[in-house]
Amino acid sequence: MEEIKKQLQERFPAVESRDSVDWPAFNVPEERLLEVCRYLRDDLDYAMLVDVTAVDWSDVIPRFSVIYHLFSVSRSAYLRLAVNCADAGAPSMVSVCSIWPAANWHEREVYDMFGIQFKNHPDMRRILMWDDYPYFPLRKEFPLAGIETELPPEDTEVREATDAHVIAAPMMGGPFHATPGEPMSRAEPRAADQSWTEKNPKPLD
Amino acid sequence: MTKAVKEISLGDVGARAADYDEELLGDKVSLSMGPSHPATHGVLRLQLELDGDIVTKCMPVIGYLHRGDEKIAENMTYNQFVPYTDRLDYLAPLANNVAYAIAVERLANLKIPPRCEAIRVICCELARISSHLLGLGVYAMDTGALTVFMYTFTQREKLYSLFEELTGARFTTSYTRIGGVARDVPEGWLGRVNQFVNSLLPVVDEIDTLLTRNKIFLERTEGIAAISREDAIAYGLTGPNLRASGVDVDLRKDTPYSGYEQYDFEVPIGTHGDCYDRYLVRMEELRQSTRIVRQAIDKMPEGPFYAEDAKKIFAPRKDKILTSMEELIQNFMIVTEGPQMPAGEVYFEAENPKGALGFFIVSKGGGVPYRLKIRAPSFCSLCILDKIAPGHLMSDIPVILGSLDFVMGECDR
Amino acid sequence: MSPNGVEYGYNSKIEGEVVVSKLDAVINWVRKHSIWPMPMGLACCAIELMGTAGSRFDISRFGMEVMRFSPRQADCMIVAGTVTYKMAPIVRRIYDQMAGPKWVIAMGACASTGGMYRSYATMQGVDRIVPVDVYVSGCPPRPEALIDALMKLQNKIGNERSARGLLKRDQAHA
Repeated sequence: MEEIKKQLQERFPAVESRDSVDWPAFNVPEERLLEVCRYLRDDLDYAMLVDVTAVDWSDVIPRFSVIYHLFSVSRSAYLRLAVNCADAGAPSMVSVCSIWPAANWHEREVYDMFGIQFKNHPDMRRILMWDDYPYFPLRKEFPLAGIETELPPEDTEVREATDAHVIAAPMMGGPFHATPGEPMSRAEPRAADQSWTEKNPKPLD
Repeated sequence: MTKAVKEISLGDVGARAADYDEELLGDKVSLSMGPSHPATHGVLRLQLELDGDIVTKCMPVIGYLHRGDEKIAENMTYNQFVPYTDRLDYLAPLANNVAYAIAVERLANLKIPPRCEAIRVICCELARISSHLLGLGVYAMDTGALTVFMYTFTQREKLYSLFEELTGARFTTSYTRIGGVARDVPEGWLGRVNQFVNSLLPVVDEIDTLLTRNKIFLERTEGIAAISREDAIAYGLTGPNLRASGVDVDLRKDTPYSGYEQYDFEVPIGTHGDCYDRYLVRMEELRQSTRIVRQAIDKMPEGPFYAEDAKKIFAPRKDKILTSMEELIQNFMIVTEGPQMPAGEVYFEAENPKGALGFFIVSKGGGVPYRLKIRAPSFCSLCILDKIAPGHLMSDIPVILGSLDFVMGECDR
Repeated sequence: MSPNGVEYGYNSKIEGEVVVSKLDAVINWVRKHSIWPMPMGLACCAIELMGTAGSRFDISRFGMEVMRFSPRQADCMIVAGTVTYKMAPIVRRIYDQMAGPKWVIAMGACASTGGMYRSYATMQGVDRIVPVDVYVSGCPPRPEALIDALMKLQNKIGNERSARGLLKRDQAHA
């Protein structure tokens, strides 16, 4: 593992090591990402891209990091790359689809969940939520319960027949735990009924 | 009354159809298959473009079962998330439980006692058997052979009885805890597992005779949707789908976890990567899994079934909670604040029946993950569809889907 | 023939091959023993639904083994699994395509109330978009529970006023 680190950093001095519990991990600047990936795939035999994801660091700058996990078939070892997005307001990243076709769906998912645009991606659309969904659910400010919005619009008759739309899910009695330092009272399931439906709408504040 | 009889001649239907052929060529039909369709194994939707009977484009649309597992994980403690892992690949929940538990244990750098590891290996392999049985049954049904489905479901019911005895539920098992398993195996259970494994092999042979040399099955699967070795790697396929393309990757051998290195088993590899090879690989994996289960039963070590030194991670025994103040407090803290983890980033993949199920956990310390990403093998298996489906007949699509053996719960999360 | 010479019950020699009954009873009797389910298999519960149809639990004892994947040929939609907001309009559209009389079973906690998936993507109960006749608890419900639900549905059908409005052409039948 040390030799990979040496080889990689000799070739790309801008690549820094990153703290990791298990596999070797590196911070890569965005402008060198494609070169580094190509080098890893062709010369160091990390031929398989197993995962692309992102982390929202909330109020830290830079706010978003895109994380890549590579797997080497010959070495049977993983490698982690982390790339920070420069802009927190409209985050973007270069797409690695040209190197690994597997990245296509993974990057679409990252866009869907975090709103990170991938440059030169062949098909930058939402993948898990529907196309018109207005929010990015895995950003830290987005509540688990969701935000009121409209259903997928393709089916207007259905919407008219049922008057259903996306309503924030009830959280009473829901997953609760005390984060260290927080008062226990905030962890308890709240008794208030929050199960709003079309027939029992949420009262206006 | 006289009847007038007029003879109607159909003539050569084929020739007449051929006359129209030229007119029909070039007209593309777009077809939306799913999300509620018996051949798509769940809520997958395919947007197909057809030229006559030939698929020219295949665009999978997923997300109809996106339930927000990753967001939920950020809002609960590590142990509270175990039930959600059941419902990822709901054909092999025990294997998901184990994969998740090991990922978190790697983060905590926890050493698991050998008995717990052996129990987990049995769980994983039984889950693999259960998943492959269903996969094969449904796959055979997609090619038109209904009988196999009945055979495999009978075996699965036996397996469910075993799971129920071990965990209390038929398939949403939630059996592992961080640092161990929920309870030790019941008395006599290992013997019954052995019995089941013995009775399974004749059934596998019977399925073999029903399918492997079956002319119809061969015609429908051989040479269909062949995935080359390079494509399989580039698209990130894992598990049986990758091995069928001739890539020798089995995480149980390559990056052994949970003591897999002690067991003697072979990894079946395909040559062509077509639908038939994927079938063969799964059949052989069934047999190899029974081998592993037998060895694990034979070697089952004595000792604790949870990590005893994991004070802030694994809840103490019930009798201790009721008698000792210290253990009572410890239990209270684990339940309310969750198992305390160090900060760090960890990625762990386990060789699940569908492929490599990965968990990427970012921890900032405390009992709740800061970010938990689930890397689903079915997600990656499906993204190759638009590459392999074009050029095949419409009637091959169910076979291709069956051979990829995916589960939407895990694909959409 | 009872001791005092009075005859009770049905005698085909006197009354011919005719049974007199309430139209409701006859229609309901026919309906409730041939409910063809439409398995709306969405998630984990679909596996238990398959188990119910399998050899051990054998749903065909109730005349319900004829699973129809086409909504046009089905009477009872079994919503088995989590209904997400993305899927909800499709569930409703399939329900609309079913010919009446039709019933809905919400199988499992997710279909009934959203269950353990209290999140932005999950519809909290399928009864917000389709009328549900029977709710089944469990995550997933055991096959026995589903069979019990089907028997409950049979009871419910047995008490319906099926004949009402049947002879009036212009009155739409529910």
